[in-house]
Amino acid sequence: MRVPVDWLGEYVELPEDVTGEQIAADLVAVGLEEEGLHTSGVGGPLVVGRVLEKHPEPQKNGKVINWCQVDVGDANGSGEPQGIVCGAHNFEPGDLVAVILPGGVLPTPQGPLTISARKTYGHVSAGMICSVRELGIGDDHEGIIVLPRLLGADRVEQLGLTPGDDLVGVLGLDREVVEVNVTPDRGYCFSIRGIAREYSHSTGAPYRDPADLPVDPATDDGYAVELRDEHPRDGEVAGCDRYVARVVRGIDLTRQTPEWMARRLTEAGMRPIGLAVDVTNYVMLALGQPLHAFDLATLDGPIVVRRARAGERLRTLDDVDRELDPEDLLITCGPDGERVLALAGVMGGEDGEVTPGETTDVLIESAHFDARTVARTSRRHKLSSEAAKRFERGVDPAVTAAAAQLAVDLLVEHGGGTADPAITDRDERASTAMPSILLDLGMPTDYVGVDYSPERVVEVLRMIGCEVTPEDETLPGTVSVVPPTWRPDLTDAPTLVEEVARIDGYDKIPSVVPRATGGRGLTHAQRSRRAVAGALAGQGLQEVLTYPFVGATRFDELGLAADDPRRAALRLANPLSDEAPLMRTELLQTLPEVLRRNISRGSRDVALFEIDTVTLPDHSASAPVPDVGQRPDDATLEAIRAAVPGQPWHVAVVAAGLADRAGWWGSGRHVDVTDVAAWAHSVADTLGVRVRRRQAERAPFHPGRCVELTLDDGTTVGWAGELHPKVNQRLGLPERTSAAELDLEVLVRASDHRSQVTHLSTHPVAASDVALVVPLSARYGEVEESLRAGAGALLESIALFDVYVGDQIGDDQQSLAFRMHFRAPDRTLTTEEVNAARDAAVARAARDHGAVQR
Amino acid sequence: MTAKVRGQDKPGRDRCGGVPRLAQVSGPNTNYDPVEVAALAPEAVEADVAAALSAVAAASDLEQLKAARLAHAGERSPLALANREIGALPPSAKAEAGKRVGQARGRVSQALAARQAELEAERDERILVEEAMDLTAVPARRPLGRRHVLTVTAERMADAMVGMGWEIAEGPGVEAEWFNFDALNFDKDHPARQMQDTFFVDPADAGLVLRTHTSPVQARSLLERGVPLYVAVPGKTFRTDELDATHTPVFHQLEGLAVDEGLTMAHLKGTLDRLAEAMFGEGIVSRLRPAYFPFTEPSAEMDFQCFVCRGEDAGCRTCGGTGWIEWGGCGMVNHNVLIACGVDPDRYQGFAFGMGVERTAMFRHGITDMREMIEGDVRFNAQFGMEI
Ligand SMILES: [Zn+2]
Repeated sequence: MRVPVDWLGEYVELPEDVTGEQIAADLVAVGLEEEGLHTSGVGGPLVVGRVLEKHPEPQKNGKVINWCQVDVGDANGSGEPQGIVCGAHNFEPGDLVAVILPGGVLPTPQGPLTISARKTYGHVSAGMICSVRELGIGDDHEGIIVLPRLLGADRVEQLGLTPGDDLVGVLGLDREVVEVNVTPDRGYCFSIRGIAREYSHSTGAPYRDPADLPVDPATDDGYAVELRDEHPRDGEVAGCDRYVARVVRGIDLTRQTPEWMARRLTEAGMRPIGLAVDVTNYVMLALGQPLHAFDLATLDGPIVVRRARAGERLRTLDDVDRELDPEDLLITCGPDGERVLALAGVMGGEDGEVTPGETTDVLIESAHFDARTVARTSRRHKLSSEAAKRFERGVDPAVTAAAAQLAVDLLVEHGGGTADPAITDRDERASTAMPSILLDLGMPTDYVGVDYSPERVVEVLRMIGCEVTPEDETLPGTVSVVPPTWRPDLTDAPTLVEEVARIDGYDKIPSVVPRATGGRGLTHAQRSRRAVAGALAGQGLQEVLTYPFVGATRFDELGLAADDPRRAALRLANPLSDEAPLMRTELLQTLPEVLRRNISRGSRDVALFEIDTVTLPDHSASAPVPDVGQRPDDATLEAIRAAVPGQPWHVAVVAAGLADRAGWWGSGRHVDVTDVAAWAHSVADTLGVRVRRRQAERAPFHPGRCVELTLDDGTTVGWAGELHPKVNQRLGLPERTSAAELDLEVLVRASDHRSQVTHLSTHPVAASDVALVVPLSARYGEVEESLRAGAGALLESIALFDVYVGDQIGDDQQSLAFRMHFRAPDRTLTTEEVNAARDAAVARAARDHGAVQR
Repeated sequence: MTAKVRGQDKPGRDRCGGVPRLAQVSGPNTNYDPVEVAALAPEAVEADVAAALSAVAAASDLEQLKAARLAHAGERSPLALANREIGALPPSAKAEAGKRVGQARGRVSQALAARQAELEAERDERILVEEAMDLTAVPARRPLGRRHVLTVTAERMADAMVGMGWEIAEGPGVEAEWFNFDALNFDKDHPARQMQDTFFVDPADAGLVLRTHTSPVQARSLLERGVPLYVAVPGKTFRTDELDATHTPVFHQLEGLAVDEGLTMAHLKGTLDRLAEAMFGEGIVSRLRPAYFPFTEPSAEMDFQCFVCRGEDAGCRTCGGTGWIEWGGCGMVNHNVLIACGVDPDRYQGFAFGMGVERTAMFRHGITDMREMIEGDVRFNAQFGMEI
């Protein structure tokens, strides 16, 4: 809401030298947010000058400048004529012009320009004769301002302008506009009336209610209006409970909107359009009551306010043909309301609009519409308007007649019409007062922690317009509070508490640290994620965050099969980009982009990780959305919870370039699939979870270079591998880029127990190496598992340390060399015991894989 | 000497080396006749010692000393040979000769040991000099990775809450519309609900949204854990804003919710003061300004004091000279929220707050462009340590 300071000052007393900045601060103190401060940017001295002499001087560049002597009275301190060079020609000696003298400031796109006397075209030019454009009050740059032409000769005479008089005020350049943000509960602050009241609350300055004006009484013979809402909203609330119709006849709508009104509208951010619309907008800004002006000549039959009928359509003023919904409230006319004129409180249609030059008789609508009805219509048709914005936040139902009166008065004054004495005011409000609220006078203190006396509470509530009456003796310490009609947001005791707190000042609230009940702090899952992130970063990986949005083309790029379940991702109804309307089902759908970005920016050796949630695919449940203000039953709550898709935490890594950097210390080593497999392992190790490895084929990995990690019970933890060469190509990643993705949820669950130690044996360790010839198809990990299983409890550790393929064994064979360490908890092992364990291990490998000891 | 044999599994090999064969040894003196042995004469022994000592002294490295040892103290050195001659002496002469030769050999071996120690010390010192390396260039063989500033900032904030005795909760990003709005008293027609720039899950009537704030976890926590409750919730949130220097469609908040008997706005202020101090430095406080949120009543906007100028510099670039920096929204939990979560509002009341993690990190670290936190450029991460 933009608040012109002089307009504000009409409704509330402002200190003589108040600044826009101070007003903004005072409004912020009572809960409005400062959005900005708008000023002309022009600083004086800017004065009236009379051109005494004008000498055209042709220049070498073909231009003709005028060397002028201008009388600026005593404004230059000397009373002597001021010599000024002027490039414009639209004036003559004797004209009154606007002169900015040295020291004055003009706004420019490059910032403020301070005027000084300067040498130009062979003269010392001491100031400037200004155009409207230079002063920022118009676009015309054809010439300089000649005051009688700009202001009208009458006005110049009326003001008695003579050389040297200050023009900053006359041209309105001292005006300031304070822009504030209005929170959604304070509809009444979308008016100067409301802002002025808030300013008064903040500062105590005397307030004059602009709605407090002489209103002509309603009569029985006004224009027929029928409030015919046959389908009240939610079955109980009428769409319109008050409708005032006023008629003004014989208006000349071609007349100019008065300059002061046009300026206020402009300053408030609205464009002056024509007298009728300008007046309705002006009243809306002043009082917060949206109005509508109809061309009386086009209306036939009564105005009927009703809900839309099936199949009805309306072309609204924004030139959109709309199919109406039975819940939309309409302004119509005709005996049966057959002509649709407007979406009530939102926007009018072409039918019934006033047309300057044709319309002479106008019907002014000032009505009170149901906030929710307007909100739903506005939302349904994605149609926002100044009127809808106010109605859906609540309009004062007591201001309806006064607003109509003000509009009538302005039309009569500036359009030259006459007001019909017949006046319609259909007031069907159940009560003219707001529902009362019971307030325990101790509640503000209990809630805010400031010691408010009962007297102070009552004082504040009365100040904001509430009626406060004591309850009977049965409820000592409580009062009954009736909020003012412009405060539909005051609905319960806590809303009154807020009024007390904000008017008394939030700055009075003390600081007390509460004594929390204490608890477990972080969960195991939260600590686990921190540990994993720390471990990966400690191994040289960089943590990054990516947006979770993907498109189906990404699934193609990753080589997911047409029926891959990961493609059935949750879809957004209103994605930011149609290219990425889905919620990722794996982190590796979004993480590789960051790798590519880093490489394109010149970082070549990059290893990244991300820890975040993914959204499980194949989701179809809908969640019930029960109403506010009550606890849903358990079944409904369960249905709500169950409809939320699973979103497990994952960790993913992706890496390219060198794992060990090259440098003066020696050569580097390219990152490869063993690095990512090791990192994946380190995640499990970080959480103390034993995982098994299984050769796997899975997109987006290289079919021969992918390992699946599982828990001992076979539960999948995730996959690590080199990305498929085609995937790397399609994603623009370097060859051999490798990646891994693990389900952290599985690991965290598996790790959620207290690890138990076994006693460390200090008896000597015995080593034994075996070389086994197995088929090429045998998997290292599986052979190792067989050895482990066969060796029994004495085996302490086992490691594959060499692999041989070549002439000394068959073409389809490989030789795997394992080192096994044996140790007993209670004794030194004999050679025989070690040999027996080793032989058992080899026998098991022979049975499982046809292994032959070499 | 015995040769060392590796491994005990090769029994075929001879375990003993041969004793070197010795030449020119006088025969045993069997008849007890006095025999003159020239090599045992005092002058001869003394000459041997002198020769040995001079050779030891002359040895300039361990290699030469080894040669000198072999020549003068080895099995075939003059003194060793002389020693063997003792047997040829008559018993009456043996003792004296034995003593003489023994002393001589002792002197030689002492000299050898001393020189050995000297030369070893020289060698050790030399090796250290030779092994010197220039390490003034960074050997960035495997540089350390980094955590992301946003996750670490959120952790720091969470830790500050834990320090006050709070627990850390979390909730889903794809959330039920009821939890995101209705449970928090945003009714369907309320303008505030329209102002949230919400991502809806398809179809739009599925009742699911991407949560627009971490506040739905308020309702989840109250329903699941009951009261009294002190929970803070870090998490990812979503609004339909395009990414630019100051907006991002995906961002992070830290939510706080306390519900207990007797909590007031003063406790809210105290909690915010502590958190502001934890994030921005000792003595930094918060400020409340009236505001509106459907799920709190009374509501407030909260600012933290500018930690650069503390309100002392009208030209401060960090706060624009106001001395305060906007942080987020807060207030006393609305009755309707407590009721929706099955909590008796006549007995319990509480406060809630929520602030941006991005905003907190940006002010803490002087980050002026949101995109730098989003893009994942590793050079950005490199500007931080693992703890920030
Ligand atoms: Zn500052």
